[in-house]
Amino acid sequence: MNFLEKLLALDRRIIFLFIAIAVALPLFFTVKLHIEVTPVVRNLHNALEALPPGSKVLVSLDYDPGSMPELQPMAESFFRYCFMRDLKIIIIGLWPNGPIQANSALEVILNEPDIKKKNPKYGIDYVNLGYTAGNEVVIERMGSDIPVTFPKDYSGSKTEDLPLMKGVKNFNNIDFVYNLSAGYPGTVEWVLFGVDPYKIKLGAGNTAVQAPQIYPYLNSGQLVGLLGGMKGGAEFEIATGHPAKAVKFMFSQSVSHALICFFILIGNFAYFATRKKKGA
Amino acid sequence: METIGIWIAALLTLGIFSFLYKDNPFYKFCESLFVGISAGYWFVTTFWQVFMPKLADNLVAGRLYYIIGGVFGVLMLLRLFPKIGWLSRWSLALVVGTTAGLYFTRYLVSNGMIQVQNTIIPLYVKGNLSQTIGNLVIVIGTFSGLIYFFFSKEHKGAFGGLAKLGIWFLMLSFGASFGYTVMSRMSLLIGRMDFLLGTWLGLIR
Amino acid sequence: MRREVPLAITAIVGFALIIVYFIPHPPFNHSRDFFEDLFFIIAAFAIWLGCLNLLKVNADKVYRQKKGWLFSVVVWFGFFLMVIVGFWEGRGFMNPGTTFYYLYDKLYYPLNATMFSILAFFVASASYRAFRARNKEATILLIAALFVMLGRVPFGYYLSSWLPEGWRLGNITDWIMDFPQTAAQRAIMIGIALGIVSSSLRVLLGLERTFASGE
Repeated sequence: MNFLEKLLALDRRIIFLFIAIAVALPLFFTVKLHIEVTPVVRNLHNALEALPPGSKVLVSLDYDPGSMPELQPMAESFFRYCFMRDLKIIIIGLWPNGPIQANSALEVILNEPDIKKKNPKYGIDYVNLGYTAGNEVVIERMGSDIPVTFPKDYSGSKTEDLPLMKGVKNFNNIDFVYNLSAGYPGTVEWVLFGVDPYKIKLGAGNTAVQAPQIYPYLNSGQLVGLLGGMKGGAEFEIATGHPAKAVKFMFSQSVSHALICFFILIGNFAYFATRKKKGA
Repeated sequence: METIGIWIAALLTLGIFSFLYKDNPFYKFCESLFVGISAGYWFVTTFWQVFMPKLADNLVAGRLYYIIGGVFGVLMLLRLFPKIGWLSRWSLALVVGTTAGLYFTRYLVSNGMIQVQNTIIPLYVKGNLSQTIGNLVIVIGTFSGLIYFFFSKEHKGAFGGLAKLGIWFLMLSFGASFGYTVMSRMSLLIGRMDFLLGTWLGLIR
Repeated sequence: MRREVPLAITAIVGFALIIVYFIPHPPFNHSRDFFEDLFFIIAAFAIWLGCLNLLKVNADKVYRQKKGWLFSVVVWFGFFLMVIVGFWEGRGFMNPGTTFYYLYDKLYYPLNATMFSILAFFVASASYRAFRARNKEATILLIAALFVMLGRVPFGYYLSSWLPEGWRLGNITDWIMDFPQTAAQRAIMIGIALGIVSSSLRVLLGLERTFASGE
């Protein structure tokens, strides 16, 4: 067995080790990287900038901890942005984990000095209406009656008694919807059951796995903008002028991508070289 | 309490990672615990956030027609008992009917008609070469992709050529999806590494 | 009775929802709201059904002392740990600071997140072992993947920053995503939409009845 053949038969655990090092090592360094804000992220940011203070933004967190490294930074940066701009936040979850993920993100953001100064109040500046079973049917029902769909918030207070929810009957009273999605139900369902029938303005943050499927909605204008994966989250942090977790992780992301590309190239080189030899 | 929690979380993380070396009882323990905890989480969340506000509170408030939902729900649970499990099909029928009724119109409009409408675009945009090329790519790519999915006619001749072009577009899309998948998976690993090296070991800030 | 009732329920509910799409006024919209409210409750019961079935399967494993039955005990332990704490906490069980939140943060979160993160290793291994430019189609796939992987991270910027604006890796990736990728995804999307429309119609007309018959 020559070197190339050995290379092809490399134990997968050695590859695992390389990946672990490529991901872990860059975390020890603080490197300021150039992160360009792509048009799809810029469009989302512009749409948010156009909202006047006091606008009501519905945030649907449709993911679980499995997608947290990608979507949690997006949730945190979005909440920070809304509090700084005095946008009112209404949180829901089509996934059972959504509302608790929101609480976790709020716990971080509400302790930041800038936000502490603003002193946002539960019920007035933000509410968490919790989760309800029913997937896309939940969106459909919200189109006719939000308080019936979510009669109580996550801690058991009556939705109609929350000051922020006064006068919120359906999507007509919501200025913008922001969806963080890791699959089904998620952005696709928000487009199908929210955007087209009820004409809501929708922006989304998706796991990178899901992002390519969403692009036709951007092209057709059904979706205002999209944050795709951790890079999308980093771009949003840059666009809002507050680099945070996603930006911090970009060095590690870059190195790991470079390593995978190297693996693909070296794997192909070894494959074709050995094939040529065998053929000869 | 927080420190103990972080240590437990770290040990469970390492337990799952141990599968990378080979399958072992420590991994199996973590996997089983995950399954049980997930189910427990869903069970509790559903109770407090659906049954209480949607069923119990409505019944207490005198909106008795919600009892129909309760009855259909209980019928669903009868699936656990083989002899009377067939009754669960009544509730399943309501779920299937609702889904089919909603999907019929929504998919037709949003993913069918609106997508077709947005593919009927100008093939020449005056003074904008890149948009012209982009529009051509969208039209040809979508059309040839659809041709590839049309299996009622043999993929031969000009039709076959278009189908072949469709495959190339699909391959390009799958390649892009693969790139994004790598991005996604690496992000998840970065999250866990950050926890192990930062939150647990305190080696990074 | 066993077959006809489910088929009738499906048709009535499904057609009511189609009609209300075109006539969103009383009394049709009330029927929609009614069916949707029922749906939420049934969906919640379906989640409970899944949980209870999991317990049943694992109880059976323990009872019959099947291979690995001890792990089924762990499943039961995890389930009841969350359920007892969750019921004990009451409606505010999700509040930061509660025991339920603690269990979520220290058990559920690391287990769930790590379970998905190990896929990174398998993706890397697959890239090395199976991602080969064997033919024209595979080569297109591979090139697109390389462009996207490099163009979507800052590393791509540094690799191609010497190129004129518009021709850098990031720009090419944007173009791939906005045009050919979108075109292919749209073709898939339209194809799936047509499939869903036709299968919905088959279900509502009673031509597709597998869900209403047999276990």
